[in-house]
Amino acid sequence: MPHKTFFAFILPSLIAMVLFIALPIVSVLVQSFYVEHGRVLVEVENCQPFGGCTKEVRVDSAATAALEKAQPLGQFNGFGTYLNRGHLAVAEVGQIISTSKGFGDAVARIYNLPFYKALAFTLVFCFVVTPLAMALGFAIALGVNALPKIVKGPTIFFSLLPMIITPLVGSLILFWMINPQGIIGATIQHIFNDPTLSLRASPALTWGSLLFYGVWTNAPFSFVVFYAGLQTVPGDTLESAMIDGASRWERIRYVIIPHLAPLATFVALVQLMDNFRVFEPIVGFSAEANATSLSWLIYNDLSGDTQLFGSAGATSVLTIAGVIVLLMPVLVRTWREFNHKVV
Amino acid sequence: MKMMLKTTVSLSVLLLTAGAAFADCGIAKGSVRILSNDFEALRVIETATQDCVAAGVTVTANATAEHKNLQVPALTINPAEYTVAMVANNSIVPLLNDDLIRPLDDLVAKYGQDLQPNQLIKIDGKIMAIAFMGNSQHLFYRKDILEKAGITTPPTSYEDVLVAAKAIKDAGIMDYPLAASDKPGWDLAAEFVNTYLGTGGDFFAPGSAELAIDNANGQKTLEVMKAMTAYMNPDYLTYDANELNKVWDAGQVAMMNQWGSLAGAAVDPATVPADIVSNTVFAAAPTISGGTTPAAALWWDGFTIAKNISDEDAEASFQAMMHGMSPAVIAAHPDAATWLVKGYTPGPAAVGVIATANGGARAYPMQPYMGLLHTALSTELAEFIAGKEDATQALADVKAAYDSAAKEGGFL
Repeated sequence: MPHKTFFAFILPSLIAMVLFIALPIVSVLVQSFYVEHGRVLVEVENCQPFGGCTKEVRVDSAATAALEKAQPLGQFNGFGTYLNRGHLAVAEVGQIISTSKGFGDAVARIYNLPFYKALAFTLVFCFVVTPLAMALGFAIALGVNALPKIVKGPTIFFSLLPMIITPLVGSLILFWMINPQGIIGATIQHIFNDPTLSLRASPALTWGSLLFYGVWTNAPFSFVVFYAGLQTVPGDTLESAMIDGASRWERIRYVIIPHLAPLATFVALVQLMDNFRVFEPIVGFSAEANATSLSWLIYNDLSGDTQLFGSAGATSVLTIAGVIVLLMPVLVRTWREFNHKVV
Repeated sequence: MKMMLKTTVSLSVLLLTAGAAFADCGIAKGSVRILSNDFEALRVIETATQDCVAAGVTVTANATAEHKNLQVPALTINPAEYTVAMVANNSIVPLLNDDLIRPLDDLVAKYGQDLQPNQLIKIDGKIMAIAFMGNSQHLFYRKDILEKAGITTPPTSYEDVLVAAKAIKDAGIMDYPLAASDKPGWDLAAEFVNTYLGTGGDFFAPGSAELAIDNANGQKTLEVMKAMTAYMNPDYLTYDANELNKVWDAGQVAMMNQWGSLAGAAVDPATVPADIVSNTVFAAAPTISGGTTPAAALWWDGFTIAKNISDEDAEASFQAMMHGMSPAVIAAHPDAATWLVKGYTPGPAAVGVIATANGGARAYPMQPYMGLLHTALSTELAEFIAGKEDATQALADVKAAYDSAAKEGGFL
């Protein structure tokens, strides 16, 4: 295809990408370098139904508005927001390392900082859920592929259900089921004969539930892609392997898996990116006490009575940076291949 | 306020069918657009404002738990998306900070003949909001369970509550006699604010945004909050206010601090077993460590009128709201809330809030940086209440989180 035709084809999508993805990211980046103006505070008399009138501090909105009009973005803060306690916490981490009583103590204290706490869960979620969900999806794909044609359609539909259900709804359903009065929660208590056992009470079990949910909801994507891939496995190779006496397992190991390897890279990438932005299950499971994620931090900055756009922007940029780091191995490989072709 | 997180229902679909009550609101012309939280008392008022619909007068309402996230952007544009924003102690602050609501003195003079002086929220001498109801968390207890456990005097302090809880547990009546809305997030922070107010301490150094909770009062507050969790269901970290009503109605809890606005629902004979209804007693919020102030924040709910709208719409909105909260409407719904409106006689579900207010409980602070503290508390107390951190560390974490947020917010 001539370059010009190709360009004309992708132009509409390119425009949409720039307008709705690239520019907002630039805007987030710019905002993350700014913080609010110093608020002009005044003490005024304040009367309300309870306690009568008292002197209380208020924001002088006229003076603050004048400041904002002069500099709508706020005060330039450079990387200040990135380095503060809510984000990379450079000063705090430095202090912890210099005063820690050993490695375990330092890790525990760093884990107490909100960003690192969220990052820890986010990474664990990424690297546990992605391979398990891929393995499960692959297993389902192999199973479905071996089914007789008549039951394939319904099975595929049911296998896709976890992906079709809205994540928030899916996580709420599971959350209610693991309630001690719910079917799973009550069964577990019965099996272990421990009426105080609750999947929602301890951090380890909460993490376990969230990871289980993650695998459940992510497996269908791998399944769909691998199932499509299975249809392209060359029948000749499989047949000759069978003639050579390869068992089913050997055929999977030496024919199917190598054939699907490029697909697996693609699935792994997409899943890693997706899982790095884990958010809904934390809200659905009311798991904020035991597990937070980077996306949850952004949400937390933007909800409540006072919104912190700079802080949310900084966390967003750090999340994007995290995704880029995750994708780095593949990006590097693509770049090398590209250079190779040029040479 | 955030106590009612029911499904978001837009009341705009509840437009009264034509021919119902006719415009006795006296509005000539205008558009009334209401944004509010979603709980019963507010729905009562919004439904009543629909009476004002007439030729040239439209009334719509959006009742949603997300109102706090909507109100600032919706009122910033000109003309504002909503003419009326229903607010409480905390949610009025962002509107004041950004100067998005108008003084109501002239409208009160013209149409406010039914208002009582304590309904007027005055800031710097100007009326900025009209309150119509009060609310607070207060003690719910089951008198049958307490009697069975040999507790004859009703608990009035957290120390009493803990003694009673121990008695109930030791007698084998209930494993988890207590419950509280300790879910990390808004609820957990509200628990801290309530309890801390009972100690008599202030949150900030006078006249500044400097945090002042890292002291004996803060320690005591956390100590009591932690002691209570020993008598709670292990899932207490996932309980919010709505969940509390469910466990109460299931008869699983003997004492809890719960919102007055949910008291009516907790003893609704239509949905709750009769023995629980008849044995539920509402009392003032407990005091803490020998203090005399009930440890609960008092809240008012009221309405404000947007600044960025025409004077005609502002006038129509004020009149519609005056009709919505008129003594006649309130008299027809005495159990929906603890009303502040003239002629209201408190029903049985209101006694807890009234006892808390009469006990001298303090109002939820309205400082512009209180929201930042609330957010800091909501995340940083999670590890403490889960038992993974001591009180000193928790208070230090709250201060550190608040300080960095307040710096970003331009307050420090």
